[in-house]
Amino acid sequence: MSRAEAVPGSEAVPVEGTAVRKPSPLWTFGLFRSELVTTFRRWRTIALLGVLAAVPILIGIAIKIETSDGSAAGGGGGEGPAFISQITNNGLFLVFTALAATLPFFLPMAIGVIAGDAIAGEANAGTLRYLLVAPAGRTRLLLTKYATTMTFCLVATLVVAASALIVGALLFPLGELTTISGTRISFTDGLGRALLIALVVAASLTGVAALGLFISTLTNSGIAAMATTVGLLITIQILDQIPQLHALQPYFFSHYWLSFADLMRDPVYWDDLFRNLGLQTLYAAVFGSAAWARFTAKDITA
Amino acid sequence: MEELSAAEPDMVDTGGAVLAEDTVIATRALTKRYRGGQLAVDGLDLTVPAGSVFGFLGPNGSGKTTTIRMLMGLIEPTSGTARVLGQPMPRATRAVLPHVGALIEGPALYGFLSGRDNLVRYDAADPTADPRTRRTRVAAALDRVGLTAAGGKKAKAYSLGMKQRLGLAAALLQPRRLLVLDEPTNGLDPQGMREIRSLVRELASDGTTVFLSSHLLDEIEQVCTHAAVMAQGRLITQGAVADLAAGARGRLVVTTPDPGDAARVLKEQGVTDLVVTDTGVTAEPPDRELAELNAALVEAGVRVRGFGVERASLEDAFVALTGEGFDVAG
Repeated sequence: MSRAEAVPGSEAVPVEGTAVRKPSPLWTFGLFRSELVTTFRRWRTIALLGVLAAVPILIGIAIKIETSDGSAAGGGGGEGPAFISQITNNGLFLVFTALAATLPFFLPMAIGVIAGDAIAGEANAGTLRYLLVAPAGRTRLLLTKYATTMTFCLVATLVVAASALIVGALLFPLGELTTISGTRISFTDGLGRALLIALVVAASLTGVAALGLFISTLTNSGIAAMATTVGLLITIQILDQIPQLHALQPYFFSHYWLSFADLMRDPVYWDDLFRNLGLQTLYAAVFGSAAWARFTAKDITA
Repeated sequence: MEELSAAEPDMVDTGGAVLAEDTVIATRALTKRYRGGQLAVDGLDLTVPAGSVFGFLGPNGSGKTTTIRMLMGLIEPTSGTARVLGQPMPRATRAVLPHVGALIEGPALYGFLSGRDNLVRYDAADPTADPRTRRTRVAAALDRVGLTAAGGKKAKAYSLGMKQRLGLAAALLQPRRLLVLDEPTNGLDPQGMREIRSLVRELASDGTTVFLSSHLLDEIEQVCTHAAVMAQGRLITQGAVADLAAGARGRLVVTTPDPGDAARVLKEQGVTDLVVTDTGVTAEPPDRELAELNAALVEAGVRVRGFGVERASLEDAFVALTGEGFDVAG
């Protein structure tokens, strides 16, 4: 059917001038780089990162104004990690506060936009057919898209952390800090933990990224894919607040998100952190496979 | 299906070769039924000889683009087989497509990137493209379609014709054995159309097979050596353009200031299908010596300005084949 017929012909008719270079094994990285450049040159990506960078600035300024008369910030009544009241003592806490503030909504929304647009946006613009005819290969293109989305997760988290660190350093004192457990750790140690937290936050977003990518393979409209992903994100967040659903809640991708605060305990409490990372891996595996199954079998009509 | 797994690991290595015969595209009973049940392509047997400029004709909605998408591995056929450059599609996309440049249903560009960066992006998606020669190849492709000056402009600022040219440039980034051009002159002005036509001829003279879909009959007639005609998902005919046009009979055209007299004389001579116009008479050419007809006209005192048989155009052939005009299929 295929080779048996094709091979004799190939010997009989050598075709001149069409010797094709064998693809380099590093070619996939070339495609990945092209994908990164294309994603980060979009004004939309820049705008999303700009919004994320603005959140710590707003929090920092708000706390500075609120505490300028000497009163304590936060009031101690919040349910999230009790970082906010510590910011006036140590600017580094603004990093933790900013990550805790952006993780439930701003960060995953940004990921939803990028992941949802990944395939559907290309289909919508018609560029998908030319990438596939190039031929980029469906599996490779999908992997590249997922890798780019994960890179965006990391960059977005680091943008929030870096912006918070700069604002924290400008507005508040820096120095030794107190962990949630009450022990004192050096500033360098604290900085290391901040970086670790940023990485954990980025990893917490891989589940949403896979979900968004899967939705992106279902439609030819980038906007529809983005809206569905963000809508699903909000729905899950609401369901996670309904006590009657507690049996299901450990399977919601956002359920263990705030476990990153456990990295500020001394010693670190790992259980929920591992549960979170395991859950994200599960989501990435399930929706990654679904996206692959869908995308490799799909008729590209756009 | 068993050969599938055995064949695939080697596909990349077979890149430099393989033409089963002198056929670049061969489909057998190729059929596509969309999920809604609509039969877009119905039992297509298409044969595109190597080195030809192949015109793929049909009204809008006749299944041309679906066929092209199946040939390019974008759509899975419902049944039947398609072979491109001797290899089965869509199974051998990785081996076949680096040899194929394609313009499918108009250009698609990243509006926020410059024309040059668009080409860089598409070139990066080709596993066989050498990144070290990328800049020069992109510049050469831009030059070939006359976009060198506009290469730095953002693609969203391009006119339709410029976008079309950039799409063509993307198809020309590497030396190709087959070019698939879907309506390549869409949106171009007459000058641009002429440039594209001469580009197609130039590429064909280098030995590239060009598969050109169009709904413009005279365009096909001007550049193509072979053609196929589709209507409502079925292949109506295919073959050399000269043969197709010869299949339809020409018209006898008599130019005269006395059309009434001319028609009467021709009728007496046994000529059929007479049509009287302002400038003369046209008719079905009879199977006898035409000079005698002319002599008879002159003898009867008809003032003849012109007399001859007009060669049938592809459009006449098309109308003769389909029994209808060139309208959109419902």
